Amino acid sequence: MLAFALRRLIQAVGVIVVVALISFTLFRFVGDPINQLAGQDTTPAQRAELRRDLGLDDPVVVQGARFVVNAAHFNFGISYQFKRPVADIIAERLPATLELSILSAIFALVVGVPMGVYTGLYPSSWLSRVFLATSLLGVSLPTFLIGILLIFVFSVDLGWLPSFGRGDVVTVWGAWTTGLLTASGLKSLILPTITLGLFQMTLIMRIVRGEMLEVLRADYIKFARARGLSRRAVNFGHALKSTLVPVITITGLQLGSIFAFSIITETVFQWPGMGLLFLQAVQQVDIPIMAAYLMLVAVIFTVVNFIVDILYVAVDPRIRIRGVEA
Amino acid sequence: MSEIVAPANIPPAPRSAFRRFLDSDMFYSFIGSPVTVVAAVITVVLVAAALAAPLIAPHNPFDPASLSITDSLLPPAWSHDGTSTYLLGTDDQGRDVLSTILYGMRISLSVGFASVLLAIAIGVPLGLIAGYSRGPIDALIMRVADVQLTFPAILTALLIDGVARGIAGPQAYNDVVFPVLVLSIGLSFWVQYARTVRGSVLVEANKEYVLAARLIGLRPAAILFRHILPNVLGPVLIIATINLALAVITEATLSFLGVGVPPTQPSLGTLIRIGNDYLFSGEWWITAFPGITLAVLVLAVNLLGDWLRDALNPKLR
Repeated sequence: MLAFALRRLIQAVGVIVVVALISFTLFRFVGDPINQLAGQDTTPAQRAELRRDLGLDDPVVVQGARFVVNAAHFNFGISYQFKRPVADIIAERLPATLELSILSAIFALVVGVPMGVYTGLYPSSWLSRVFLATSLLGVSLPTFLIGILLIFVFSVDLGWLPSFGRGDVVTVWGAWTTGLLTASGLKSLILPTITLGLFQMTLIMRIVRGEMLEVLRADYIKFARARGLSRRAVNFGHALKSTLVPVITITGLQLGSIFAFSIITETVFQWPGMGLLFLQAVQQVDIPIMAAYLMLVAVIFTVVNFIVDILYVAVDPRIRIRGVEA
Repeated sequence: MSEIVAPANIPPAPRSAFRRFLDSDMFYSFIGSPVTVVAAVITVVLVAAALAAPLIAPHNPFDPASLSITDSLLPPAWSHDGTSTYLLGTDDQGRDVLSTILYGMRISLSVGFASVLLAIAIGVPLGLIAGYSRGPIDALIMRVADVQLTFPAILTALLIDGVARGIAGPQAYNDVVFPVLVLSIGLSFWVQYARTVRGSVLVEANKEYVLAARLIGLRPAAILFRHILPNVLGPVLIIATINLALAVITEATLSFLGVGVPPTQPSLGTLIRIGNDYLFSGEWWITAFPGITLAVLVLAVNLLGDWLRDALNPKLR
């Protein structure tokens, strides 16, 4: 177990180092930061001074090392667009995205698992067919179209829910802003959460359904029924439990995707989070923000993957044995 | 008098390729699934309409001379203020929505096809090499694939797009936007092909025909591309179909986010983005029709992919 965790940890660090290299290459070789920072009336002498101040005259290796050290302190320099430290901007934007992502993941789980269990238990009922048809739509409709559709129905047509922004936010613990404590904040969260979580919900539903169908045919389920256990105990105590391993993996891995897909949802709903920030950075070629976002996503992804791997082993003893032997 | 003698016994005419196709298992399973037939018909109709856009579109939306601003924001023909000249209404610049959809689908589909081809061109050879060589080359290719797989395709595509913007500069960027889009989508999809092909090659490489080919002294490249490649193409075809739908979605998403094709040559995603600005003032048709087209196209291709996966999978027969 320890050896397995250690090997995974080394792999994770490897991934982060590779991404750091890519970020640095971006940082160093795409566009000239001086042109971005200097105004039109900056003299060549001032430019040279700026170049020296920023350390752009140093050898590439020295710059690379400095980039890694700074990145470890989450110091990515000054944003070209906002002329402010990247770390500050990201700290402002991070709560909005995290709140949205986590709520979407919870939504996907809370709705997806029961739907999957139901369609697995009653595969031929009409409600199951409706669920399955909806899930096919959920997979085929691009996220942004779902968002537009929801806005059209619930904001433009019915006028029930706001179509953009976070509503009123409250600051807690000094820097963390949350929309969970105000009525308008909660209302603003509904549509983006559904938009972002719908794809994951359909995915989870399909996985739970597939696993349930398979497990329900297993001998131990027949035996449990023969022993006269209640349907409830068989379906939830025995069958659902063994479907949870793949669900944990997929949910974990999808958590990373949710974070990345929030770029789209945040654009549709003008949600002031990381995704919108990154998109603006791509459009404006704001390299420091792009590099910082890349590093942040890499760290989040690898940490989530690492936790999933460990959880996976902890939940399923068969993998534990294989994992240690391999 | 005639010296032509009829041959004594005529061998039965070889069955035509078409006849063989009609008798095949594939065709049988195709006809047996009405949903698939409908999906196939829709796909063929949409692709044909996209190809024939200049011929069948009622207007040329990219000819500024034919546009008149007085015709802008007209609703569809069947609503109160609509005219039959513009069947699905017009957008903010007076362009016919039906025509822009036809032309837009052309762009969406060409970017989709091109990126899938690029992904295959990168992924399949890498998978072949990785699976056949094993050892350090295999490890290297698969680690790169692992790292890339950590990132969702849309993120990779956005990054490549951003880098291209930085290198090309904002002015030149509009000239290279199509190659960049194809590159960014293609590069984010190659991993699946490489992994699938590698897996199949690992199985195929132990079979007797490969051993025989090696014994008669064929070069590895010849074995790989002449003998192994045809046997691993089935899964590639399935992934390619499903990927086409994904590539169209990715292109539409990038264009919707404003980093894809420019509004002067709109794809379906760009059209939806343009229309999105008018949603609140009640001009729903500018978004709705491109949106429906995109959804139907993707759904039909996805259904075809699902069917292909089942039909080509011998385990499910």
